[in-house]
Amino acid sequence: MTPVACKTTGDKQMSLKTPLGQVRGLGSARSGTHHWWMQRVTAVALVPLTLWFIYSMVGHAGAGHGEMARWLASPFNAIMMVLLIGATFHHLQLGLQVVVEDYIHSEAAKVAVMLVVKLASVALAVAAVFAVLKVAFTA
Amino acid sequence: MAEFALPANSKIGKGTSWPVKSGGKNVRKFNIYRWNPDDGKTPQVDTYEVDLDECGPMVLDALIKIKNEVDQTLTFRRSCREGICGSCAMNIDGTNTLACTKFIDDVKDEVNIYPLPHMKVVKDLVPDLSNAYAQLASVEPWLKSKTPPPPDKERLQSPEDRRKLDGLYECILCFSCATSCPSYWWNSERYLGPAVLLQAYRWLVDSRDEATGERLDNLEDPFRLYRCHTIMNCSKTCPKGLNPAKAIAEIKKMMIARQG
Repeated sequence: MTPVACKTTGDKQMSLKTPLGQVRGLGSARSGTHHWWMQRVTAVALVPLTLWFIYSMVGHAGAGHGEMARWLASPFNAIMMVLLIGATFHHLQLGLQVVVEDYIHSEAAKVAVMLVVKLASVALAVAAVFAVLKVAFTA
Repeated sequence: MAEFALPANSKIGKGTSWPVKSGGKNVRKFNIYRWNPDDGKTPQVDTYEVDLDECGPMVLDALIKIKNEVDQTLTFRRSCREGICGSCAMNIDGTNTLACTKFIDDVKDEVNIYPLPHMKVVKDLVPDLSNAYAQLASVEPWLKSKTPPPPDKERLQSPEDRRKLDGLYECILCFSCATSCPSYWWNSERYLGPAVLLQAYRWLVDSRDEATGERLDNLEDPFRLYRCHTIMNCSKTCPKGLNPAKAIAEIKKMMIARQG
């Protein structure tokens, strides 16, 4: 831990609201547990899914398009791919949300970035699932 | 947005050197953060030489010696000088700890002393703890019970239940842990930080307390509790050897347990 330069009282204009009033603020959001839990659930799900994915990809090193398409047409492989995509993008969105909340302090910027993160995660997940299904049903 | 550049009064300049007067054999340099709200200058680091043969073994002994004999304007908090009041918490040799229980000999070479990181500074080594104290008040750290106490005796607690408070009641609220936590640095207005969450847990596990649910309601918040990302600086730095990270983990487990 390196010492971080210190904030001094000159940095910010003092508010006349009491410290306790500021801390109590708008009150507790009564949420956050579901987010925290889902981050762990998706992480646990990703362990076997990722291992399966790496195992499968290594096993198909150098394979051609046709072989990969036939591999993906197997119901088991297609379902595993869709699950992997779902867990990955859900986990990604939850993680990025934490990063945004940690570091972005302007309310407007926070809302804007959060919208991009959430919408992009859904859009990318849907596109990836569509790609898997298209190959699976046409191969 | 995130702050990438330091504010003007956080840029630290080089300060005054105070060499030891009589040439001692065992001289150590103390580099100490100085900032005075009244002189209009940015902070600086003053260097004081102290003859350790003429000084007590602790960093606080050196600070008191400097204040008594070299520079009376040096400002810091201290009271008990035995690690129980929590007043002299500061950043020594890159780690938050208590000046009174930190041996000078445990620091190699020059001793760098700064106030607790990322707190507003009142003067020199004195941080403004108003926000931290208000956060402590917000968790209402006292026994809350609807059942009146028995008229003829105290509220009873089994030895087993009492043992659940070990490792929690020893906290002296020096805020070394909170101010070592990056999550607290970035979001101290909304994240309660490890010291206050450990105090909150101290009442959550007290078998005599009847407000557990309300206490959890008050903590269940993406910022108040869930800014803890298990960085573990808190448990690493605690000068009393406590484990605030574990207390926070236990609160998170209680949040899950009451979901059903």
